[in-house]
Amino acid sequence: MAVCIAVIAKENYPLYIRSVPTENELKFHYTVHTSLDVVDEKISAMGKALVDQRELYLGLLYPTEDYKVYGYVTNSKVKFVMVVDSSNTALRDNEIRSMFRKLHNSYTDIMCNPFYNPGDRIQSRAFDSMVNSMMMQVC
Amino acid sequence: MEGLTLSEAEQRYYCDLFSYCDTESTKKVASNGRVLELFRAAQLPNDVVMQIMELCGATRLGYFGRSQFYIALKLVAVAQSGLPLRVESLNTVKDLPLPRFVVSKNEQESRHTALYSSDADSSASYSGVIPPPPGRIQVKKGSVSHDAVQQRTSTDQQESTSPVVSPQQSPPTSPHTWRKHNRHPSGGNNERPLAGPGPFWAPFSEAQPGSSTSSDPIWSGHSPPPHQENWVSFADTPPTSALLAMHPASVQDQTTVRTVASATTTNEIRRQSSSYDDPWKITDEQRQYYVNQFKTIQPDLNGFIPGSAAKEFFTKSKLPILELSHIWELSDFDKDGALTLDEFCAAFHLVVARKNGYDLPEKLPESLMPKLIDLEDSTVGEQTGEVGYSSSPAEAPPSKSPSMPSLNQTWPELNQSSEQWETFSERSSSSQTLTQFDSNIAPADPDTAIVHPVPIRMTPSKIHMQEMELKRTGSDHANPTSPLLVKPPDHPEENKMSSSVKFTSGNTVTDGYSSSDSYTSDPEQIGSTVTRQRSHSGTSPDNTAPPPPPPRPHPSHSRSSSLDMNRSFSVTPGQQQAGVVAYPPAVPPRPQPSQGAGPHVHRPVDAEGLIAHTSTSPQQIPEQPNFADFSQFEAFAVSGVNKEEEDEIETHSEVLQVEKPSDSASSLRVAKADGRVEDKAPANVPTSVGKGTTPLAPPPKPIRRRLKSEDELRPEAEEHTQKTGVIAAVLASQPSIPRSVGKDKKAIQASIRRNKETNTVLARLNSELQQQLKDVLEERISLEVQLEQLRPFSHL
Repeated sequence: MAVCIAVIAKENYPLYIRSVPTENELKFHYTVHTSLDVVDEKISAMGKALVDQRELYLGLLYPTEDYKVYGYVTNSKVKFVMVVDSSNTALRDNEIRSMFRKLHNSYTDIMCNPFYNPGDRIQSRAFDSMVNSMMMQVC
Repeated sequence: MEGLTLSEAEQRYYCDLFSYCDTESTKKVASNGRVLELFRAAQLPNDVVMQIMELCGATRLGYFGRSQFYIALKLVAVAQSGLPLRVESLNTVKDLPLPRFVVSKNEQESRHTALYSSDADSSASYSGVIPPPPGRIQVKKGSVSHDAVQQRTSTDQQESTSPVVSPQQSPPTSPHTWRKHNRHPSGGNNERPLAGPGPFWAPFSEAQPGSSTSSDPIWSGHSPPPHQENWVSFADTPPTSALLAMHPASVQDQTTVRTVASATTTNEIRRQSSSYDDPWKITDEQRQYYVNQFKTIQPDLNGFIPGSAAKEFFTKSKLPILELSHIWELSDFDKDGALTLDEFCAAFHLVVARKNGYDLPEKLPESLMPKLIDLEDSTVGEQTGEVGYSSSPAEAPPSKSPSMPSLNQTWPELNQSSEQWETFSERSSSSQTLTQFDSNIAPADPDTAIVHPVPIRMTPSKIHMQEMELKRTGSDHANPTSPLLVKPPDHPEENKMSSSVKFTSGNTVTDGYSSSDSYTSDPEQIGSTVTRQRSHSGTSPDNTAPPPPPPRPHPSHSRSSSLDMNRSFSVTPGQQQAGVVAYPPAVPPRPQPSQGAGPHVHRPVDAEGLIAHTSTSPQQIPEQPNFADFSQFEAFAVSGVNKEEEDEIETHSEVLQVEKPSDSASSLRVAKADGRVEDKAPANVPTSVGKGTTPLAPPPKPIRRRLKSEDELRPEAEEHTQKTGVIAAVLASQPSIPRSVGKDKKAIQASIRRNKETNTVLARLNSELQQQLKDVLEERISLEVQLEQLRPFSHL
């Protein structure tokens, strides 16, 4: 379960960010922000590689002693960044991937909504509930 | 004043209170006296009361409009909770208890009952009489409304109990909640024909004046009546009826609606909306209206309304974009960005509800679920869909409906394969393709995972070959377009196949039955999403018909089948059906070359045209049958029928690559899969053909169909190298062979015979092993599927 999930637009501003409310959330925001550099690095490294499902998933961006940061980028350069707690007995990579897949699917649903203007903050209840289900149940 | 968001209970409560305070029945202003009395009953210190009054703006305005009143009530609740009185706290405080008023005469309940009783009184007055149509009714259905009101009031009394009974007419029993809320027409309303009927109508009258601000019981999402009138006018009748049926909290709509609707409609609507339990049920009137509206946008009732058109349409309702967005999320059931008729009706109904003050549900109510037509296993979906217009207890649906969508959504994750089918079918728009896709998947599954099913039209050996072929193709995930890749993967070996199968299995969320990555990604996605078939990898729907594999280089023909085989093999490249290697032609020859995937079998036995096929493509499958045939052929050839044929065969065999390890016995048979083989083949062929004695050449280079020996995998590689070495040697010696004559020829023939026999044996062995391998793979796949099915539970 993640402690923080963020959706970053192509221009690197956040479309959606949500953290487990207990801790100092700014720390997570900062972490997500710094991880964007790593994401960009990985994207550029991929270069002309075919962007298929596997490559959408960037994997572990960088670990710290407290948590790990995973990244995922869509074809339209919208990035999903997920911070998970290290103590959370290693979430398997496949699980992280499936979480990103769900995020991606929900994001696509939002995109399909004609009332959503791309670039707006995401305010969908369905998306919120989906993210909530993925967040750590702390309290 | 800032917007005030009230929960449903709060709304009702406040409305009731307002009614109570509305001694003058102005429906707009709560009499100051009553209000003050009420506030005193709240047991708040006077200064707090003064503060409240100031904050809500009454002091400024000099009177308590509905909005001010509501704000005041909320502030009372805030104060009673002990929180500081702030304007911001109005909306930010969550879970605020309802303000408590200790009225001198009665407690809350008693107040309620008093109101009710007052209702009763008024209703009594009503009961006997059909209230005259409200004068200013913009509502023409005054009478109807009155009846309905009567109905309502009388039912109000019974409230908790019986469902509405339409005394005078069959006016539908308003939803229970609504009725409660209704208790409005306390005193003074009698005069107002409009007012009399109850809150429902009251809003109308209030709205009439067009004072949007004051009559906004619920601020969020309300638009000024005039606008609403516009909207309603564009919406004409049904909204009225809908409104009638709905919670009358909101005013504006109803006014406008009133103007439009006819009395009869109202009646009917009321009657029908008497679901009493389910505020979300769409009455026939409403439905008809929605359908008409749908037609204005999309004449074809089975068609879709694209998102942009729907956006325009619903934007006219002047609801905030956020709410419209939420409504869209709720109503676009299959998430395809377009609205079917059912979805449109649900969306419209939700819009109407919202305008009437109902809060939007978190999940689509059961009665609004679109009927899922294409569902295959649609258990939940269909049930909910069919419930659509059937009455269902209000409590039940709300509880069920929230779970429904979530169920539907979680199902795919939980129950992968079947859900996938379900989700596929749920997508009305793409159901066709999906189902097709599914059907493709089905055969693909067996092909890839189970490999068995390969339709067998060939000889048993051929069957084996085909299966092997299938396995190879199935496992080849390199080709995203076809679930069953028939593309020659250059790893005819089973190990490769198995590894690829493993890979695919691992990849698939649901199970390992997709052969291609893209395909696997689809099931995963589908699994995770309800009805969406989002192929992030962009494969899915395209796979309905796997594109024909690229033409294989020189499909070699198996010996066994003679010309037909060859032709068929040559044809196969173009076919590439997902694993339908039903008949020999389907088996695409493996691209032999370099690897020499068991081309051996392909050694075209046919004298006729096989020569050209140098491609090592023949995969194992063809190989086997070929091999077998070859052996037959060999026998035939040995009988000395046709040296040329032999030569040709051999040359072909040369061409064919045999990757499988073959025994030392067959070492002579080296598949010259390499280009040089091919080169030589043609070269040899001519030479061999040219000479009668050529047969010598053939023996050394008999197509080495690499038979899979027990060792298969590794040994294959080794042997392959060996073979290549041998091949080289043989090739080297070849030129000389043709030169030899006589005894050499005999010796060669004998050796050929021996080799062929060995080949046959090996081929048989190979097929058996293949069979075993398939079995094991099958088991493996089934286990993986089970694992996948279990997994979602664990990781969530």
